Amino acid sequence: MSKALDLITRVRGVRGAMLVSAEDGLVVAEQLMEGIKGSAVAALAASLAGKLRRAMEAAGTGTSVFWHLQADQGALLVVPASGEGGILVVAVAEPDVNIGLVRLELLRAAEAVV
Amino acid sequence: MSDDIRALSAQLAQDPQSLVFLRLGEALRRKGQLDQALRVAMNGLERHPHLADAHDLYARVLTDKHDYERAFDEWDMAVRIAPNHTGALKGLAFLYFKVGDIAQAEAHLERARKVEPGDPSIDQAFEMIRGGGKAPAAPSPPSAAASPAAPAPAAGSLDEARVFAGLDGGSNEGLLLVDGAGRVLGGALRDGGGGDVTDTVAAYLAGVSLEAARTAKLLGLGAWNGLSAEGQHGNVHLAHPTSDALLLVVRERGMPLGRLTILAQRATAMARRWLEKET
Repeated sequence: MSKALDLITRVRGVRGAMLVSAEDGLVVAEQLMEGIKGSAVAALAASLAGKLRRAMEAAGTGTSVFWHLQADQGALLVVPASGEGGILVVAVAEPDVNIGLVRLELLRAAEAVV
Repeated sequence: MSDDIRALSAQLAQDPQSLVFLRLGEALRRKGQLDQALRVAMNGLERHPHLADAHDLYARVLTDKHDYERAFDEWDMAVRIAPNHTGALKGLAFLYFKVGDIAQAEAHLERARKVEPGDPSIDQAFEMIRGGGKAPAAPSPPSAAASPAAPAPAAGSLDEARVFAGLDGGSNEGLLLVDGAGRVLGGALRDGGGGDVTDTVAAYLAGVSLEAARTAKLLGLGAWNGLSAEGQHGNVHLAHPTSDALLLVVRERGMPLGRLTILAQRATAMARRWLEKET
């Protein structure tokens, strides 16, 4: 698990990576820069993932395989590692991070933790 | 100024640390003096940041001012401080109901009922939710404490066919513009089987938006600008052309997220212009 998170945090602009239980929003593993509250990231990412999943299923696009919240001062990137109630692989990044690269590393990490 | 408000104001002036601000704020709110109620609630909250009732009062005033996003945060905070705070639980149930998340609304009401099994307002709220279905136009709140005014009028008179005219082939399909309460302003959505899912998805969107804003804010990421997602059968991008409106773009899985984001930016600009023109 630690190795999987290493690959994500190595990407320039990534401030932290975590594995989160999608069901209860608890931290499974984390590698975060100072100042990032892991438990808050975990709870919020899991909650948003749940709401997004319901909306996407209603829209007929199926469950998400990757999602990306863009904000003024950063971004939250998430890959659900397995089905409902599984693990979320989460990255917190600077606004100018290479999204494509982080996405690839998140998908790799997701494969590694399943 | 009525006598009770005058008396409560005098009491608070004598002892600014007292909890009389709760009664004063509520009295002002009930009189519809929302700006004054907001000031009282904020001042009280500054002095008593760990008091669940203070967050509850602030949330009720925010709800009356239609600031549902911040109201959600405040009720959420109240429940974190006091998990059995029935006013906050009913308030959250109301906000979930408002965005069409019936399951969450019922779950919060159920929690409130466990704390206060004899509260008739909880049974009434259950009846309303089960009878009313999704995303009500102007529900009365399940909480006697929360009494929001009717939401802004729906934009039914707007020429919704013109919102996205000229964009991506000129079709409204796969583009959905909704207001902050989850009501459709323009566009349409169909699922893989061709069924119209416009209203259902619209009801969910406000919940996603609320959560996205809350997540970005609480993580110190600033204001959120967009949410892109790849699904198993299609990709979506969610943006907010104005503070009160949400735009969803749905496309087939074959459209890369980068291109979808560009399309969404164009649609967002069009929706913003259309909203400014029509409202």
